[in-house]
Amino acid sequence: MTVPEVDQSAAAEAAPAVGGVLEGVQVSCWFGARKVLEGVDIKMDAGVVTALIGPSGCGKSTFLRTLNRMHELVPIATLAGSVLLDGHDIYGAGLRLTEVRRRIGMVFQKPNPFPAMTIADNVAAGLRLTGRKVRDRDELIETSLRRAGLWNEVRNRLGAPAGGLSGGQQQRLCIARSLAVSPDVLLMDEPCSALDPTSTRRIEETILELKDQVTIVIVTHNMQQAQRVSQHCAFFLAAEDEPGRVVEQGPTEQIFSDPHDPRTADYVNGRFG
Amino acid sequence: MRTTGPEGSVTSDVPEAGPRAEEPRKLEARLTDADRFYRAFVAAGAGTTLVLITLIGLFLLNGAWPALKTSGLSFLTTLTWGPDGEPPKFGVAAMMFGTFVSAAVAMLITVPIAVCTALFINEYAPRAVRRSLTSLVDLMAAIPSLIFAIWGLFFLVPLLAPLEDWAVAQFHGWLPLAEASATGGSLFNAGLIIACMAIPITTSIIREVLAQAPRHECEGALALGGTRWGMISSVILPFGRSGIVGGSMLGLGRALGETLAATLILSIAFEIKPRILENGGITVASGIAIEFRDAQELGLSALMAAGLALFLVTFAINLLAALVVNRKPAGARA
Repeated sequence: MTVPEVDQSAAAEAAPAVGGVLEGVQVSCWFGARKVLEGVDIKMDAGVVTALIGPSGCGKSTFLRTLNRMHELVPIATLAGSVLLDGHDIYGAGLRLTEVRRRIGMVFQKPNPFPAMTIADNVAAGLRLTGRKVRDRDELIETSLRRAGLWNEVRNRLGAPAGGLSGGQQQRLCIARSLAVSPDVLLMDEPCSALDPTSTRRIEETILELKDQVTIVIVTHNMQQAQRVSQHCAFFLAAEDEPGRVVEQGPTEQIFSDPHDPRTADYVNGRFG
Repeated sequence: MRTTGPEGSVTSDVPEAGPRAEEPRKLEARLTDADRFYRAFVAAGAGTTLVLITLIGLFLLNGAWPALKTSGLSFLTTLTWGPDGEPPKFGVAAMMFGTFVSAAVAMLITVPIAVCTALFINEYAPRAVRRSLTSLVDLMAAIPSLIFAIWGLFFLVPLLAPLEDWAVAQFHGWLPLAEASATGGSLFNAGLIIACMAIPITTSIIREVLAQAPRHECEGALALGGTRWGMISSVILPFGRSGIVGGSMLGLGRALGETLAATLILSIAFEIKPRILENGGITVASGIAIEFRDAQELGLSALMAAGLALFLVTFAINLLAALVVNRKPAGARA
């Protein structure tokens, strides 16, 4: 497959100038009768990377999945409260479900490229899935791969199956795939937990490069990672037999250097969790 | 591997290291007794299957030999069935044609319905309905084919007769449909009833396989803004391709060998009739069932030959299916 050289202005044009503002308002979640999350209020601003931290089982991944309506895929899952994208309720009748998910992309813990498709087809998969057409498919593929920092590694094998890439490359392919449908927000659910340190660093670089174009929300167990990539940070905690709550949130620097809550201090200093 | 040391007398467990390995070394492993036992056990099982199939083939070939010697290659081209006549004149052409046509009709009906039913149960049906639908389909797979055949003969075929008459009147002359009769003993109707028999088992297998599609890939498709159908076409169907082919093959096996439906429905006619709604036809299985009663010595041998032909055809089709299933893009899911 030949790909025409892309001129930078066109690439910049394809990318949205700035991401969307996402806001969770009094979000509570249940699985069946068990309440796992209570009254979460977090505003995730454009141009800011928001990190959700906390020990396992505190509801941070659940919260992330409410932000693009993946939570409801679990049959017994319910929720209360609302999530606003640029002021519009994503659970309201005004926005189509598929449109919500296109505008709020998601990268999962385990890289999940479509194994039967080629690398190029994976990047463009969102177009087919959302029924969108672009003028220049090849250019979109290149732009998306460049934005995900994968272009140079795969430019000569776009027609190869995606299953042949390394774990870190697959994860960046998934990021490229999400970017190709030009989302306003990108949710990342522990995107590096299955990756080696080098791949992790590449992903973190990608996050920092993207943050001015797409609003990023990242769940991470890695305290250093939260400090490196995020500007806003929310600490989730669930006491035994109680739903998870946000204990404290604020600028990442303050959360790590001068937390107001002693539990936050214990967690970020590695004393539990 | 035991090698001889440089002195020529010392034996060692360690293979001599050459300057550079020119070819891969031989790998050996010592099995435990338990390993050896289970290996022998499962190998015996697999071996039995192979031996059985070989024995069946040999038995058929042995029985068919006199007839094949008499008829020669004309066995493949002759339409009529008169092995005990004078001179004997018989062949599988009409029966094979009928088998293929009814099986093809059955598969054309079965596969789309089975795939759609499986997808509906797995992806669209409300959870409360899902479980009962699944058991219902599995239950249907257990209904004896005789029930389907009788139901088809006394209910479905008469019900469809006006529709088929209408189709014949509309498309007469330019589609392979003509002259449906009141009794409806056509290859199409036989195929239709066979499809009813094959749908439950095919659905059951396909549903089982499609339910195994990796959830995280499905979520990946949905998270891109995909519709449910988008997820199905980009993740579930590519994943389940081999299962769909496998399930269909089981259905096809049933269609090729189905005796009862074809015997009850078809008006016997040893002819090749490309107009599939036309009354009359014969399949290998129903032909054997019908002719068996009155067969003399050469007649029996000829029926064995017909059975052998069906055996080989079924074998070839399954082999073909295996090739289709194994033809995966390189590097895809192991």
